[in-house]
Amino acid sequence: MLKIENLQASIGEKQILKGINLEVKPGEVHAIMGPNGSGKSTLASVLAGRQDYEITGGSVEFDGKDLLEMAPEERAAEGIFLAFQYPVEIPGVSTTNFLKTALNEIRKYQGQEPLDAVSFLKRMKEKMKLVNIDQSLLSRSLNEGFSGGEKKRNEVFQMAMLEPKLGILDETDSGLDIDALRIVAEGVNTLRDGQRSFIVVTHYQRLLDYIVPDFVHVLYKGRIVKSGTKELALELEEKGYDWIKAEVDELV
Amino acid sequence: MTTPIDFKAQLIAEFQLNETRLNGESRSPLHQRRRLALTRFEQLGFPTIKNEEWKYSNVKNLISQPFSLTPPASVTAEDLSSLQIPNLTGNILYFINGQFQPQLSTIVSPESDVVILPFAEAAKRFPEVVETHFGAYADDEKDAFTALNTAFAQHGVFISVPKGKVVEEPVVLRFIADARTENVAVQPRNLILLGERAEIKVAESFRTLGEFTSFTNIVTEASLGENSHLEYYKVQDETEKAFHIGTTQIHHSQSSQSYGTTVTINGGFVRNNLNLVMGGENVEAHLYGLYLPNGRQHIDNHTLVDHAQPNSYSNELYKGILFDQSTGVFNGKIFVREDAQKTNAYQSCKNVLASGDATMNTKPQLEIYADDVKCSHGTTTGQMDEEALFYLQSRGIPKDKARALLMLAFAEDVVEKIKIPAIQEYLESAITRKVGEI
Repeated sequence: MLKIENLQASIGEKQILKGINLEVKPGEVHAIMGPNGSGKSTLASVLAGRQDYEITGGSVEFDGKDLLEMAPEERAAEGIFLAFQYPVEIPGVSTTNFLKTALNEIRKYQGQEPLDAVSFLKRMKEKMKLVNIDQSLLSRSLNEGFSGGEKKRNEVFQMAMLEPKLGILDETDSGLDIDALRIVAEGVNTLRDGQRSFIVVTHYQRLLDYIVPDFVHVLYKGRIVKSGTKELALELEEKGYDWIKAEVDELV
Repeated sequence: MTTPIDFKAQLIAEFQLNETRLNGESRSPLHQRRRLALTRFEQLGFPTIKNEEWKYSNVKNLISQPFSLTPPASVTAEDLSSLQIPNLTGNILYFINGQFQPQLSTIVSPESDVVILPFAEAAKRFPEVVETHFGAYADDEKDAFTALNTAFAQHGVFISVPKGKVVEEPVVLRFIADARTENVAVQPRNLILLGERAEIKVAESFRTLGEFTSFTNIVTEASLGENSHLEYYKVQDETEKAFHIGTTQIHHSQSSQSYGTTVTINGGFVRNNLNLVMGGENVEAHLYGLYLPNGRQHIDNHTLVDHAQPNSYSNELYKGILFDQSTGVFNGKIFVREDAQKTNAYQSCKNVLASGDATMNTKPQLEIYADDVKCSHGTTTGQMDEEALFYLQSRGIPKDKARALLMLAFAEDVVEKIKIPAIQEYLESAITRKVGEI
């Protein structure tokens, strides 16, 4: 589904990603862990098409298509969804209207008719239950004045509405208390249907107690330096990142 | 080689020519007031950019063009079909090149609720009322354009709401400059009087027909009785060749309220002055503005809130999105006089530069002479929020559409203040169309 080969990206003069290789198959959940500043969020942003980064090398294929050639909205329409670490507040645009526009733009791209009002509301009601989000929140301006937990729930709610093929969670656990974390994780787990894949970017192992990954990768200094299964996450939790840093730095 | 135009001399000659046609009327107090204004205009002359109030708005191009000062007003309903505001109901008055057009207009409110008359007719029917209020509020001692308008005051509307009357139906004044065959100059003059506890909504809408240059110099004076409530809207959608200079002067008595909203969708060279005087205590005033210049359009909003009495509140929010090589000006002056204790006065101006070539000049001016007051002001001018744009795009919304969505949301804060649904909807679609096309 997603094939990243030797991906390199920089911001200004600074190279952040120094050759990432990663393959995600349908239905798989990959966790990307690593110390602060290792390039985790950059990877998530580059996949979603954020303009701040310059791609200096490598390739990304999504369902056989060149992802790096696509505008962010085309990537979304192809089935990529990024749950933001810091969801943006947009005054004057209600979540409901925004989602209706987004959903119908994606349907248009895919050659489908727009969803009628009744079907849209039905889908909303159904997905609202997933993350325990309230109607009143959705009529308000997008994320404006939302608590941290509400913003993250709204991200997962949007993901449920747009039904992507690949969901990328960028530090979705940051700033969440344990109850909010559980709600968000349960929402994500409901969306695991054997076909949909996920990349879960996180600093802490805690989220992975709830969203159990198939693979865990450790990113350090712009490269994946270690890959394993969920046990690797537990090891990191126990021992921290220093031993990996030491291992890598020794080789350099 | 053509001789340079002396617009000032042309105007003065025109005034004198008009005067010879007045016969006995020239001795009327109303005409004496006009003549005083002309004298003031002669002395003031047109402002140059050396005048602080006109620093960013140069009228040089305006006064170097030839204009017909008495353009004909022959427009049919068909000519206006493209300028309609869908679903608009209420009292709708058309003024073509300043002149009232009864055959195109509809007045639905009974005269017991509101007297709506062409200005000249009101001067005949209610001479004392008009003499008392005409020129009593708008400053023609320092403002040349107000002086000029006062000197030529003849066309426009007189609106008077008696004590205690709440006018349900809005009054919409549609000023159409007909520039299809020549350059035209028009000077409408409006007078709005609200008795105690009276309430009304008045909207002024400006459009242009044709490709020639138009110049509108309008003055609206409003006097608000105790506890009265005025909703005043000014909506401009004129051509790139339209010059518009306007002053709206609102005089507040005790406990009166005003909501003034100015929206400029298009115009060539626009200068709006919105001036308020708190002539009593417990006044509440709200001023909102929105401007969306593109191309080489120039839109200048000057506001003046004069807190002359204590315990009053004013709140001001102006927003602009500037495209291409357009320029904008916001100058917000707040006076808090020595006696005006417990004044609350707030001002905010927010701008988005949608192009690297656009310019916005903002100047808040707070002059506070009282010590127990709450005043604040803030201006921001920045680029489009790229992070918000990316957020919308990452959900599948194409960039152009995302941009338009964000701009409409930015504008909505001001547009929603217009409590005439048909005009609000008309503006929303005009804004959507404009930001979508650019």
